Amino acid sequence: MSKQYETVIGLEVHVELATKTKIFCSCSTQFGGEPNTHTCPVCTGMPGSLPVLNKQVVEYAAAVGLATNCTITRNCKFDRKNYFYPDNPQNYQISQLYLPICRDGGVEIETAAGKKTVRIHEIHMEEDAGKLIHDEWEDCTLVDFNRSGVPLIEIVSEPDMRSAEEVIAYLDKLRLIIQYLGASDCKLQEGSMRADVNLSVREAGSEAFGTRTEMKNLNSFKAIARAIEGEKNRQIDILEGGGQVIQETRRWDDNKECSYAMRSKEDAQDYRYFPEPDLVPVIIDDEWLAEIKGRQPELRDEKRLRYKEEYGIPEYDIDILTSEKKLADVFEETIAAGCRPKEVSNWLMVEAMRLLKDEDMDASDIRFSPAHLAALIGLVDQGKINRTVAKEVFEVMFREDIDPVPYVEEKGLVMVQDEGALRSAIEEIVKNNPQSVSDYKSGKKKAMGFLVGQTMKAMKGKADPAMVNRILLEFLA
Amino acid sequence: MAKNVISDETIEYVGILAKLDLSGAEKEQAKEDMANMLDYIDMLNELDTAGVEPMSHVFPVHNVFREDVVSNGDDRENMLANAPERKDGCYKVPKTVE
Amino acid sequence: MNLMSLTAAELGRKIKSGEISVREAAESSLAAIRAREGDVHSFVTVVDEEAVLARAGEVQKQISEGTLDSPLAGVPVAIKDNLCTRGLLTTCSSRILGNFRPAYTAEAVLNLEKAGAVIVGKANMDEFAMGSTTETSYFGVTKNPWNTECVPGGSSGGSCAAVAAEECSCALGSDTGGSIRQPSSFCGVTGLKPTYGTVSRYGLIAYGSSLDQIGPIAKDVTDCALILEAVASHDKKDSTSVKREDYRFSEALKDDVRGMKIGIPRDYFGKGLDSEVKEAVLKAAKILEEKGALVEEFDLSLVEYAIPAYYVIASAEASSNLARFDGVKYAYRSEDFAGLHQMYKRTRSEGFGAEVKRRIMLGSFVLSSGYYDAYYLKALRTKALIKQAFDKAFEAYDLILGPVAPTTAPKLGESLGDPIKMYLGDIYTISVNLAGLPGISVPCGLDKSGMPIGMQLIGDCFQEKKLLQAAYAYEQTRAYEHCPLAQKGVSES
Repeated sequence: MSKQYETVIGLEVHVELATKTKIFCSCSTQFGGEPNTHTCPVCTGMPGSLPVLNKQVVEYAAAVGLATNCTITRNCKFDRKNYFYPDNPQNYQISQLYLPICRDGGVEIETAAGKKTVRIHEIHMEEDAGKLIHDEWEDCTLVDFNRSGVPLIEIVSEPDMRSAEEVIAYLDKLRLIIQYLGASDCKLQEGSMRADVNLSVREAGSEAFGTRTEMKNLNSFKAIARAIEGEKNRQIDILEGGGQVIQETRRWDDNKECSYAMRSKEDAQDYRYFPEPDLVPVIIDDEWLAEIKGRQPELRDEKRLRYKEEYGIPEYDIDILTSEKKLADVFEETIAAGCRPKEVSNWLMVEAMRLLKDEDMDASDIRFSPAHLAALIGLVDQGKINRTVAKEVFEVMFREDIDPVPYVEEKGLVMVQDEGALRSAIEEIVKNNPQSVSDYKSGKKKAMGFLVGQTMKAMKGKADPAMVNRILLEFLA
Repeated sequence: MAKNVISDETIEYVGILAKLDLSGAEKEQAKEDMANMLDYIDMLNELDTAGVEPMSHVFPVHNVFREDVVSNGDDRENMLANAPERKDGCYKVPKTVE
Repeated sequence: MNLMSLTAAELGRKIKSGEISVREAAESSLAAIRAREGDVHSFVTVVDEEAVLARAGEVQKQISEGTLDSPLAGVPVAIKDNLCTRGLLTTCSSRILGNFRPAYTAEAVLNLEKAGAVIVGKANMDEFAMGSTTETSYFGVTKNPWNTECVPGGSSGGSCAAVAAEECSCALGSDTGGSIRQPSSFCGVTGLKPTYGTVSRYGLIAYGSSLDQIGPIAKDVTDCALILEAVASHDKKDSTSVKREDYRFSEALKDDVRGMKIGIPRDYFGKGLDSEVKEAVLKAAKILEEKGALVEEFDLSLVEYAIPAYYVIASAEASSNLARFDGVKYAYRSEDFAGLHQMYKRTRSEGFGAEVKRRIMLGSFVLSSGYYDAYYLKALRTKALIKQAFDKAFEAYDLILGPVAPTTAPKLGESLGDPIKMYLGDIYTISVNLAGLPGISVPCGLDKSGMPIGMQLIGDCFQEKKLLQAAYAYEQTRAYEHCPLAQKGVSES
């Protein structure tokens, strides 16, 4: 490669909102139903059916707009986007083109090279399409409209990103903001957050943009990074070969690590947008906007500052604890139940993170209740169980959300505080292990460890380690 | 003779947008009909509409919402009852992937 | 007694008093249909006798138990075939919906059924309500009961013919550019297009969503008021439905127009208006004046621009509304195709008729890239100006009076050859839809060949009561004229 190239990237991020019902009808948005069991005349495009807007969709969309520093459009409208496809029951999608609900925002991202703002061009509300299932047996396609009409917001950035690293930092920033707002769970793998990448390359130092392509079907951060790398190289190869990049939509195949043009002559890409006559304008007045603002929870950046001041825990812990809203929620609720911040942080940072990794889970999948974690910490503090037992109990709690207090009683894990019983057990062990005793007395201090282990074994792990040490030393003296 | 002239390409293109497959004779007729209609519609250009806000809704009705409450249950049989072809609780169509 | 020659209100009274049973009324309607359908063909679907009589039995039971106390209880009605009726064929007179049985019933129809109406059939119409003659129906033309060589008008031609031929008591139609008023005029019955948003559109298969409105078709103004009272509602399923302060339309049935200001637009009486129609309409105006209304001429302006603006807006909306008919979810699918896109194209090309395709093509074109501003936005701006012109007129007048159509019903087969000429026939009705206003067509005489002439009254938004009052007052000066065909089969039944 003789020339230096710069990659210019803009993102269109679709986020499924966490409403209970669809955007224009009262069908459930729940995942996992049998095909077409969450459908009605509206979301299957039956003749004569009409849409009615879900108020919560507007509130979530406006909340995301506020949290990303957008201007909220006080009088916004819906438009129809016309195109034929079997997953689109009316053969038009109700979306927003002319007056989207949010405009002109931006978020700050942090990369190795420092801080940078990615501007947001607009955020608009729209409906999701149904699911197409390819039937191998009959070589046909089956249509399931359960997802048809699930509310989406589309967040359109300006072409402000220059690398996969920046793209991922931006997506992560959006994910955290939206999760903190409770507007979506933002899971890339499950499709509740999807990103289309608009990418072009230009010679370093050039002001003008190159011709861009749009890439779809990117369902993990890794796929996005690979797709950006692949598309960048494809475009540079074309330019180096004296060719021209065609503006088109391409589908990324992450298994084959290459993209394919999605165009066909039957897709004219002329969407014939016009104002949706079946819906009326949405007017967001000062009062309503203030209400939405008032309900805005503390976002990550604010939380980080507060954790530092209020809890005095290390920066590293703060980063991890606030990296998922669920983790921060568990952290705060456990503290609220009376535990010391550092102690709670340790359990989450070490044990919880280890188990999440082992189980290949997200922090948002945490099932145990903060009350149970607080109870477990209480048992350790009160000397009812030792740390080794506590770790075992934590594992059970992590998986099954058991209440540790009755659990340790039932399983007989409470530490034995009866000194007499311990003394007689140690007496027996000292008598049965004369070799270790003499080893210890001749200076092999390691023998002590063996004797402690034997004692703990005899006590079924429930002895107080401090007490064991004290009594053993008496016998060995 | 119509002032607007609709080309073969335009009729072809609009046919793709509208998903209509017109025969040769229908295409010729469509070109003529559309040209005549556009000539007629061009009458609107006599009107000075500068500064006039396009009116899509006649009444100033706004903020018509639904609360976010699930009230529809499983109505699959009714939804699929008119399907030309169905399979496994789905609408069946020719394959969409090449 | 010939029960179908009564108005719905008269029949309803006899049913309420027990003089006539709901079953007798239903049987009378079915007998009339049997006797006259061969001549007029008002219906795409006639409900089978067993189902009609079962429904009649239910209504009778409710009346006897005292749970149903509506003036329309037990009255046989026709429903235009673009209104969804659960389990009952709803075709829009199109091949593409030839076997479509909806999963739900339109809100307006539900409301009418709540009032005790008994549906006897689904009325023929122009395919997807696109036309002015009911000749574009895939299921055959409907003929004018006054002269079966003439069209009944359209698009609610079947509903109007059924009422005029006395096959049922009254009917529901829909009006996008005159589709209730013009066929009412051609068939000598009364038809009302309410203010946009008054009757829920939920379950009305859309043609031009921003213009469509459901309304009553009946023998007289009283029936129209009663039907409107029954079907109008604020429906949460229709976002464009308007919550009105007053739904008691029948209160307006007063024989009093003293002091009412009625404007006659000079622009409605110019070139193209048949002299007999002109004479009859002006005579009606004279009668209202004699009854104490203040009648004067004025210039409405912009009248000729309504048609081109309408065809851009309605076609654009239709091109999108009719996209859902694709062979995937319901009704017709072509049998001969290779692959998805050919399935779409074949299904739609075989399923839609010529006029529907013409409007879908035009609508797709005016919305396509590069033309949206020049055509669609221009039409929406024109619409705004037309609305302003009406607003101004209603500052001076309570009502506007004019003809419904330039001529009486033309002969079958004369209209479809020249679309623009046919569209011009809607010149007096179309602007009412663009401005969302209420309008009523009231019979005001017959021409020399014995065909009915209609007068149109137009009110300001939400002024149905003024409209009904003036129409009612006028109606008191003349008797309802039964069409000759309505006598057919009466002696046998």
